Amino acid sequence: MRATGGPEAAVGDVLLSVENVSLSFGGVKAVSDVSFDIRKGEIRAIIGPNGAGKTSMLNVINGFYHPQQGRITFKGQTRSKMRPHEAAYGGIARTFQNVALFRGMTALDNIMAGRTLKMHSGFFWQLVRYGPAMREEVEHRHRVEEIIDFLKIQEIRRVPVGRLPYGLQKRVELGRALAMEPELLLLDEPMAGMNLEEKEDMSRFVLDVNDQYGTTIALIEHDMGVVMDLSDRVVVLDHGIKIADGTPDEVKRNKAVIDAYLGVAH
Amino acid sequence: MDILYKVFVDPFVQMGTAPDLLVQTLWEGLVAGVLYSLIALGFVLIFKASGVFNFAQGIMVVFAALTLVGFHEHGVPAFLALALTIAVMFGLAFAVERLILRPLVNQPDIILFMATFGLTYFLIGFGELIFGGETKVMIADQLLLPRGAIDIKMAGGFVSLQKIDIAAAIIASLMVATLAIFFQRTRIGRALRAVADSHRAALSVGISLEQIWVIVWFAAGLVALTTGIMWGARSDVSFALEVIALKALPVLILGGLTSIPGAIVGGLIIGVGEKLGEFYWGPLMGSGIESWFAYVIALIFLLFRPQGLFGERIIERI
Amino acid sequence: MFYREAGQFKTNYAADLAVFPIMQDRIGLAVILFIAAVIIPWFGSSFLIQAVMIPFLIFSLAAIGLNLLTGYTGLLSLGTGAFMGVGAYACYKLTSYFPSVNILIWIVASGFFSAAVGVLFGLPSLRIKGFYLAVATLAAQFFLSWCFIRLPWFYNYNASGAIEVPTRTLFGIPITGATAADTTRYFVVLGFVVVMTWVASNLVHGRIGRMWMAVRDMDLAADLIGIRLLQTKLLAFATSSFYCGVAGALLVFLWYGGAEPAVFDVNLSFFILFMVIIGGLGSLTGSFFGAALIFIMPIALRYFPPKLGIPVHPATVEHIQYMIIGALIVLFLIAEPAGLARLWQVGKQKLRVWPFPY
Repeated sequence: MRATGGPEAAVGDVLLSVENVSLSFGGVKAVSDVSFDIRKGEIRAIIGPNGAGKTSMLNVINGFYHPQQGRITFKGQTRSKMRPHEAAYGGIARTFQNVALFRGMTALDNIMAGRTLKMHSGFFWQLVRYGPAMREEVEHRHRVEEIIDFLKIQEIRRVPVGRLPYGLQKRVELGRALAMEPELLLLDEPMAGMNLEEKEDMSRFVLDVNDQYGTTIALIEHDMGVVMDLSDRVVVLDHGIKIADGTPDEVKRNKAVIDAYLGVAH
Repeated sequence: MDILYKVFVDPFVQMGTAPDLLVQTLWEGLVAGVLYSLIALGFVLIFKASGVFNFAQGIMVVFAALTLVGFHEHGVPAFLALALTIAVMFGLAFAVERLILRPLVNQPDIILFMATFGLTYFLIGFGELIFGGETKVMIADQLLLPRGAIDIKMAGGFVSLQKIDIAAAIIASLMVATLAIFFQRTRIGRALRAVADSHRAALSVGISLEQIWVIVWFAAGLVALTTGIMWGARSDVSFALEVIALKALPVLILGGLTSIPGAIVGGLIIGVGEKLGEFYWGPLMGSGIESWFAYVIALIFLLFRPQGLFGERIIERI
Repeated sequence: MFYREAGQFKTNYAADLAVFPIMQDRIGLAVILFIAAVIIPWFGSSFLIQAVMIPFLIFSLAAIGLNLLTGYTGLLSLGTGAFMGVGAYACYKLTSYFPSVNILIWIVASGFFSAAVGVLFGLPSLRIKGFYLAVATLAAQFFLSWCFIRLPWFYNYNASGAIEVPTRTLFGIPITGATAADTTRYFVVLGFVVVMTWVASNLVHGRIGRMWMAVRDMDLAADLIGIRLLQTKLLAFATSSFYCGVAGALLVFLWYGGAEPAVFDVNLSFFILFMVIIGGLGSLTGSFFGAALIFIMPIALRYFPPKLGIPVHPATVEHIQYMIIGALIVLFLIAEPAGLARLWQVGKQKLRVWPFPY
């Protein structure tokens, strides 16, 4: 059961559902006939041994890979092929295992980049900068500074992200995703490579995002403690197939899951 | 209507009515294609083995040819001059490895690409300074390369094949075969492929990057020298060759950057395509379309098959 | 101790977003503008203005154009020369057909023609990147070069193949053609460069600049945060070509006074690229530094050795120039890939803590 630090976010209807999705890369089947759903306001964990197809699953939800079979229904709309920026406009944001930040830019600019889809001032005003473009820039800067405060990264605003330590880079990446004000946030191993303190901080942030902003979260994670503490429900994948789906307690006791992790052939 | 006829019908009619001219044009195209292939081969060698796209390959061709002729002009007998030039190309490979590649190890490819721009311009200036900018005659006779032509009666007229071109084709084939065997069968060849994949991984298994790079650039230098000799024998040695060498880029796009057979096939296709285009469609547009026709062919190719005919598909993972 | 920002606090975001937040920088900029607008035209020799300042400004403008495309958006282009040519020839044809319209209007219009051509040749950038895109831009370069030479319409069927610039006036003062004074032309060029640099600065410091840099750094991630890749890339091509087109028109109309098609060849493309590399990819001030070094260096090579008594053959100068530029490119890529702009920043950083070492 997940620990709470504040009022529990109300868990509502299905926000995203994955139906019979299969994905292969030239003969290698990454995902086979997987179906599950994600409810609004919940924290859903996707776990499984290495190579289970978890990242591929997220990439499909994002529109980065197109599945050979199956459909995704998001906010009531079904589609099987979506371009990544359509996913963004639809309200899906994500972070990456290998930190996909813009290395030539500062932390502040990276997060401001996340606001791009909400900025509408025309090209002409951009040429001149004074007037509507500047006002918009300041307005979004307010929002970004809220995120910076939330993630406690004020000191590193102006540091080019290439120079930041790994843990801080992941925080900036989370900030950039939050700047998009997403309805569904996909986190790909947000705690990878972190020590205990950093993991506690990141877990706190994940919970707060869910509590305060009501954002639905799907996360891939290897640390079982984190998964058990944070998530409402868990999906377990192994070799591209779904082998369990339920609350953390149910999944923890599921024999197939235990076998998969211990490497028992099945 | 008239235009459509001129573009889509007339050229083929011309091809049909004078088939000997067609064969001649095809032959000229193949010959040019062989030379493009040789230049592209130099690119592929270096790219395959070090991941560097050596923009300076063209100027290396000119430089090698000029060095050879330069030695001979100072009284050195032909074959000794050849040996000395080979030594010079080795020296060049050594210098490039020391001064450019070693400091830039592990930098992104685009940086290395731009570094070869610098090398190109440096060699242009250096070459002109030492050898002067005038056109020179290649010492083809002294190197015992054949002269004259063979005239074949065919298809209602006759077709003239220059012996030097036949020699070029044979030499090029030998060179390609040798290189292919070298890459596939030898220990050094394997090491070269490892380096192309990942500098760091190669280092970690004990491959000496420096040695590999010197070998590869030297090999490319030899290819450049051969190309320079062949090309110079046909049409004299001058710095104009350097711009023609830029034609190798469309060849690489067609053939794929990492493929030796691709360089050959691509070169022949571009050579033939260009000559046919110039001869039969050129008069419609004003002459000289050779300067860009190859690029347009490559561009169209890029849009449909970016990795070229034989290249490896690039899959981006995130 | 002179270059401190102690005591300069920003109390709102707008102030924090200023391009030159430090007061000393603003003073420095004002000084430079003063020198450019007053000192040089008043005290500068004709040689300085005609052979150094005017072309330096024009090449800086072209370098800014290429920098927007290659430095900020990461799209390597080898077609700069051709795009400059489009601007030059467009201006020539426009003023030939409509001689009574003010030439400044046509210079700006020719930028739009160049932008359109740039977008056309930028279309492949959706599917191809890096080295392949560079080759596609080479296609544009060779094709357009061929057009300028082989299609006589471009040079009004002139027998020599070259174009000569007609006299055009502004408020009655001739600004192009044989009668235009070099100071007059200098002011026109300066005006264009100052305004367009300001506009470029506005673009790169705002939303558009961030979009471009995001595409440069990781276009897959940019796509996923909602940046439309094709539109962003095409906008980069359009803007960059606009700048290069105006630079080309200025080159022909306000500097050379005429042109042969060979001016806009692949060598010009490479020279502008070298200015951008040496000056600093992704830096507007770097464009000026790079243009200064690449353009002024050969002039210095030709000018100074005779003064020191060393005879230098003009052809040798060109060869040495090539060698030096080639070597500098490699040197900068090894030692400071971010170019002179980064060296300048490091210098300023040292200045901030001067007289302390760190």
